Amino acid sequence: MSEDGAVHGLRRGGAPLTAILPGAPQLLAGRWGAGTVALLVWLGSWWVLIARRHSLADVWAAGWDGPLAITTLLGALVSCWVWSLRDTLGPGGHRDVSVGQWGLACRAFSKNRTAVVGLIVIVGLYYVALITPLVTPADPSAQGNLLTERFLPLSAAHRLGTDQYGRDVLARLLYGARISLTIGFVAVGISVSIGTLVGATAGYLGGIADAVIMRFVDMIISFPRLILLVTIVAVFDRSIFLIVVVLGLTLWPGTARIVRGEVLSLREREFVQAARALGYSTRRIILRHIIPNALAPVIVAATLGIGNTIVLEAGLSFLGLGVAGTPSWGSMVAEGRGDLLNAWWLATFPGLAIVFTVLSFNLVGDGLRDALDPRLRT
Amino acid sequence: MSEILLSIKDLRTWFFTDQGVAKAVDGVSFEVREGETLGVVGESGCGKTVTSLSVLGLLPQPPARIMDGSSILFEGEELIGADERRLRGLRGNEISMIFQEPMSSLNPVFSIGDQIIEVLRLHRGLDRKDARVEAARLLQEVGMAEPDRRLDDYPHQLSGGMRQRVMIAMALSCEPKLLIADEPTTALDVTIQAQILELLADLRGRYGMSVLLITHDLGVVAEVCDRVVVMYAGQVVETGDVEEIFADPQHPYTRGLLRSLPSLDVPERRLSPIPGMVPSPIDWPQGCRFRDRCDSAGDGCEAEQSLVHLGDHRAVRCWKAAAESLGGAAGS
Repeated sequence: MSEDGAVHGLRRGGAPLTAILPGAPQLLAGRWGAGTVALLVWLGSWWVLIARRHSLADVWAAGWDGPLAITTLLGALVSCWVWSLRDTLGPGGHRDVSVGQWGLACRAFSKNRTAVVGLIVIVGLYYVALITPLVTPADPSAQGNLLTERFLPLSAAHRLGTDQYGRDVLARLLYGARISLTIGFVAVGISVSIGTLVGATAGYLGGIADAVIMRFVDMIISFPRLILLVTIVAVFDRSIFLIVVVLGLTLWPGTARIVRGEVLSLREREFVQAARALGYSTRRIILRHIIPNALAPVIVAATLGIGNTIVLEAGLSFLGLGVAGTPSWGSMVAEGRGDLLNAWWLATFPGLAIVFTVLSFNLVGDGLRDALDPRLRT
Repeated sequence: MSEILLSIKDLRTWFFTDQGVAKAVDGVSFEVREGETLGVVGESGCGKTVTSLSVLGLLPQPPARIMDGSSILFEGEELIGADERRLRGLRGNEISMIFQEPMSSLNPVFSIGDQIIEVLRLHRGLDRKDARVEAARLLQEVGMAEPDRRLDDYPHQLSGGMRQRVMIAMALSCEPKLLIADEPTTALDVTIQAQILELLADLRGRYGMSVLLITHDLGVVAEVCDRVVVMYAGQVVETGDVEEIFADPQHPYTRGLLRSLPSLDVPERRLSPIPGMVPSPIDWPQGCRFRDRCDSAGDGCEAEQSLVHLGDHRAVRCWKAAAESLGGAAGS
């Protein structure tokens, strides 16, 4: 089916289909990335909703994350449906809308199959992490009968087995995803914000300000992060908040360097001079005219950075310096390490989870790098 | 003629670099009157652009420094040493500037509508809706077809000529009193050049603004300017009305520039370029700065030349030309 034909067919016969199966018309029309995400979220959410229909009230009553999970689930269902319907019934076809730089990058990205697969995995992971209370088979910290339920292999009751305290490995894995993904996302968020501002300021102002700021950056880079983390964790509590903040506050110099380099070339561009000739303030020029143009490499670095941070956190947990109390992938690997020969599932599944998550982030990062590099685009 | 809008007196903008002091602009004086178009002509490296950037205070300082004794009066207000806030208020508002490279003068990540709207909101305090209407009107004004649809276009979707029109629309948005156009047509092809020049002339009449047109193209000057300032090696070497300059060029440099222009009247004439290059601003030659390239240089040219006034608007920085002209006038 040619693309034109597909788009046409999508507009004609897509409406009834999209009302039942959002994403399916897009999938049929060859837009498999968006289609797969919508269809998976739609079917998965309904499945969860139906399978859990009796315990919804209990989940809703459980602290803050129960309501969050249910709200997210319903929100995802509604937005899938609305998106697909608008997409099918909207102006449709070859829309004659202006496409900016981001639009072009999106198109280039969607042509990169491995990167789109990575993105689907990441979206799925974050979605599952948000609705964990609804999908978890058990309480992750509930211990089983220590005589009969330790080291149970994979079975229907415990799909990924149990650990030495009889806790369900799948439940722990799901809750561990929350820790890893949150740490990756928030720490990179902090570091990218700081790094972008600092780098852009240094690059735009130049001269002495640049020299002072960048020497400070060098100083932070030269400080061994692991030792800093070990010290801080040893002195203070091992809280998720602390680890996120420390990671965020030590990772930003990399971003700052990238942004500064980019800004150094941007500030010589004519549109920056034109902006100054129009009487814009320095703050406005940096925030509105320079940073958006310097963002492409930052997005790439951030995506790759999330993967790195997840590994870093896993490493910390493996060393016993991770978040206390809550299961995290790194600590699960560390705990399961000793029993690898008689209970291989303990360390293998969290290890695989780390591998696939980081792999996905790297695939997406590489895809973004290609999509955002104007030199690779015609 | 009318009131003086911009008056530059003895402007010296020097760059303090590791290689030495580059005297890019070294004692430039001229005036722009209300409603006139003044052309500033000269080869690359003569200090034209530095002069215009000095007016707006856009040069990075350091390395640039505007030396003591320089003066730039805009409507009687001294701009040298004025605080940044005041200059920002002037830029884009009373004095606008358009640049040589329309391809890179627009921010690539925003639609042109967003960029025009930003100027309008900042300087004229319009809200988003009014600004959009006004932006469409401005695009219409600069001769863009379908302005409403064009507002959502991104710079890369426009041709060079259209981008320059957008730049002009942005420059016009606050109805400035002075428009500085720094080689506005250099990067465009010839047919588009003519259109943009026509547009500038047309807008000048409609908005009653003055235009300071910087160019190395005497054809452009002949087309739109009222008066001409010829610059060489950081100095003004000749000024005059455009007809006078073309009919009776005094300075050997002006004559050289005119000779290197193709002529429709004498098609078989070979073009004769000016030999050599503009010297380095770090090390201007002693005496007459054009001496090494001048075909009539001789005794007396090793002295520092001063600008000799020949008449109302006429002045030349060449003792020979001045002597001939004044002597001829005295003799008759």
